[in-house]
Amino acid sequence: MRDEVLRARRPVDLLAGRTVVNLFVENSTRTRSSFELAERRLGANPVNFSAEASSIAKGESLLDTVRNIEAMHVDAIVIRHSAALVPWFLAERCTSVFINAGDGRHEHPTQGLLDALTLYEVWARRDTAASRPLLPPEEIFAGKRITIVGDILHGRVALSNVYALQKLGAEVAVCAPPTLMPRGIEELGVRRFHRLDEAIEFSDALNMLRIQRERQDRAFFPSMGEYSGLFGLNHRMLRTVRKHLVILHPGPINRGIELDSETADGPRSVILGQVENGVAIRMAVLAMLLAS
Amino acid sequence: MPLFRNIRLLNPAQSLDRRADLLVDESGTIAAIGDDLIAPEGTPVYDGSAWVAAPGFYDMHVHLREPGATHKETIASGCASAANGGFTGVCCMPNTTPAIDAVEVVHSILWRSEGLAVDVLPSAATTKGRKGEELAPMGALYDAGVRLFTDDGDCVRSAEVMRRAFEYASMFEGAVISQHCEEHAMTRGFAMNEGVTSTRLGLAGYPDIAENLIIARDVMIAEFCGDRPYHVSHMSTRGGVDLVRRSRERGARAVTCEVTPHHFVLTDEAVEAHGTNAKMNPPLRTQSDVDAILEGFRDGTIDVIATDHAPHALSEKEVEFQNAPNGIIGLETSIGLACTYLLHRGLITLARLVELMSINPRRILSQHVPLIAPGVRANLTILAPDQPWTVDVGRFKTMSVNTPFNGWELTGKPIGIVNNGQTVWSDL
Repeated sequence: MRDEVLRARRPVDLLAGRTVVNLFVENSTRTRSSFELAERRLGANPVNFSAEASSIAKGESLLDTVRNIEAMHVDAIVIRHSAALVPWFLAERCTSVFINAGDGRHEHPTQGLLDALTLYEVWARRDTAASRPLLPPEEIFAGKRITIVGDILHGRVALSNVYALQKLGAEVAVCAPPTLMPRGIEELGVRRFHRLDEAIEFSDALNMLRIQRERQDRAFFPSMGEYSGLFGLNHRMLRTVRKHLVILHPGPINRGIELDSETADGPRSVILGQVENGVAIRMAVLAMLLAS
Repeated sequence: MPLFRNIRLLNPAQSLDRRADLLVDESGTIAAIGDDLIAPEGTPVYDGSAWVAAPGFYDMHVHLREPGATHKETIASGCASAANGGFTGVCCMPNTTPAIDAVEVVHSILWRSEGLAVDVLPSAATTKGRKGEELAPMGALYDAGVRLFTDDGDCVRSAEVMRRAFEYASMFEGAVISQHCEEHAMTRGFAMNEGVTSTRLGLAGYPDIAENLIIARDVMIAEFCGDRPYHVSHMSTRGGVDLVRRSRERGARAVTCEVTPHHFVLTDEAVEAHGTNAKMNPPLRTQSDVDAILEGFRDGTIDVIATDHAPHALSEKEVEFQNAPNGIIGLETSIGLACTYLLHRGLITLARLVELMSINPRRILSQHVPLIAPGVRANLTILAPDQPWTVDVGRFKTMSVNTPFNGWELTGKPIGIVNNGQTVWSDL
């Protein structure tokens, strides 16, 4: 279905007549556009609410805002919020279908799924003999090792990656300065690295998270330059790497900080594939939850 | 006033533990204690054979919210809640609006609590406006009746200010400095305990060390100032229990501590099930901390059970987790939780429970410990330590409903109180 719909430029009617609200209390143009495209390509009617435009800016509680949206008979609410656990909080009190588009530093489930899909495609095409059907995910992910590099503490992508990839049978590690590593992460069955070369050695894929400049005020690391020197990936380091190492990044990239341009645009990078798969995964999630 | 037949009279402060009839007269005085007492005409008679009469229980850490936040609680509703939960006295915290940092605020609280069945003792802020900078007028506040000084809700950050507080308060016999122990620099924006659960839930953490650091610092300052009385509020960590125990081993007699029922019953994993009704400061900690606290009860390190009763309106708690205010109500579940989780697990005796919930808080606050003897003004808590019951928030007298314990099955229930010439039966 993915190829059909993404390339045909013609919507399928799975969600014809359905209304999906994109409630982005925290701004994210990229994720919102991805959801909106997914909704349109399934034939649904998207309605966008943003923080500034909504009544939340006037002091209305989140719960009241959502109950008002529900009263207008919508089918699903895609919610992005800066506070962790908001989708659970709403789902317990409301009747709509809620789709988590990122809750604080907690989770970003569709990102976890699209990263897994991207890795599956790369590895399945490589590992399956030509003209055969692709091997199933459990065979592809068994024994694979993925390391998430960067701000694990504040990054919602990290936890969703851990859950998705572990469920598929892969081994997951994180690599970051200890100041950006949440306490007890190893109790989730995750291996810890503090040196990028060790992470490269260990991994079949690296997911390079964006480092946020605004974190510097709390002394998590001394400078962007030092961070980049210790945890930035560049093409010189990869020259001696013989194995097939896949490079992911959830975007937007700080070129020259997490990744240099040669690596971001190089043959190991699947970053644009992730973006394409983002729409596909969001279509799949919407269709699974809403199609009758 | 009532006659209790064959009730267990228990007051370790007077080495009293026996069964007898107990008669309270119209003026609220204990008229007689003995076997087969004759009830005067019209006296209601109760079978006390499953009940215990103890010196009135005292909760030394409650937020009555008046003045300033009477949509959450008032002095009257808070005291009704205390009576319903089996308490005859409470010490209320100074984080009101305005803060209790001036004699006028103390007087207004005392005036509003006049005539109630529950005695109210205001605590006062250690520093003006609870800002941690200049000392509050401790002399005048002491004369108005204040015995406990704390900036509760906030920690006095400056070690220098804490030193001055200990030194200055030493002029006033029986004054005690208490602290909400939190190194604020390490807890910015926190939503729960820092650990694997906060990592899993994506919530910002408050590490246990941020509490332990202040306990360690303040114990050192209190000792430096000449073994001054210091009371650790709502202690929640393994490290805290350890620090208090070690200070006692060094011979410091003046360090005391309290623990709330929620910190000996729940762990940080309760956040998933109970949402914002499991959000408080200090936060719920880990099983390791709960185990250490239970051991602290068993070996006598912990002196007091206090609830940190913190009412909040439903609209304030029904929000995104990280934006919800901290605290839960506790007055009406304290006896039930203490009996169920400490007494019936064999960690403490019933006599120790009376010390933890009546005698010790009164002594720390320099309040007299009521005797159970003929001719004495009755100040009693009547409880049924073996009675099973189900917590029903609909029967609470507090104005708020923010508790994770609604629906819980507990063993040990308050029956009523006798104080200030009034008998109040618990409606739980």
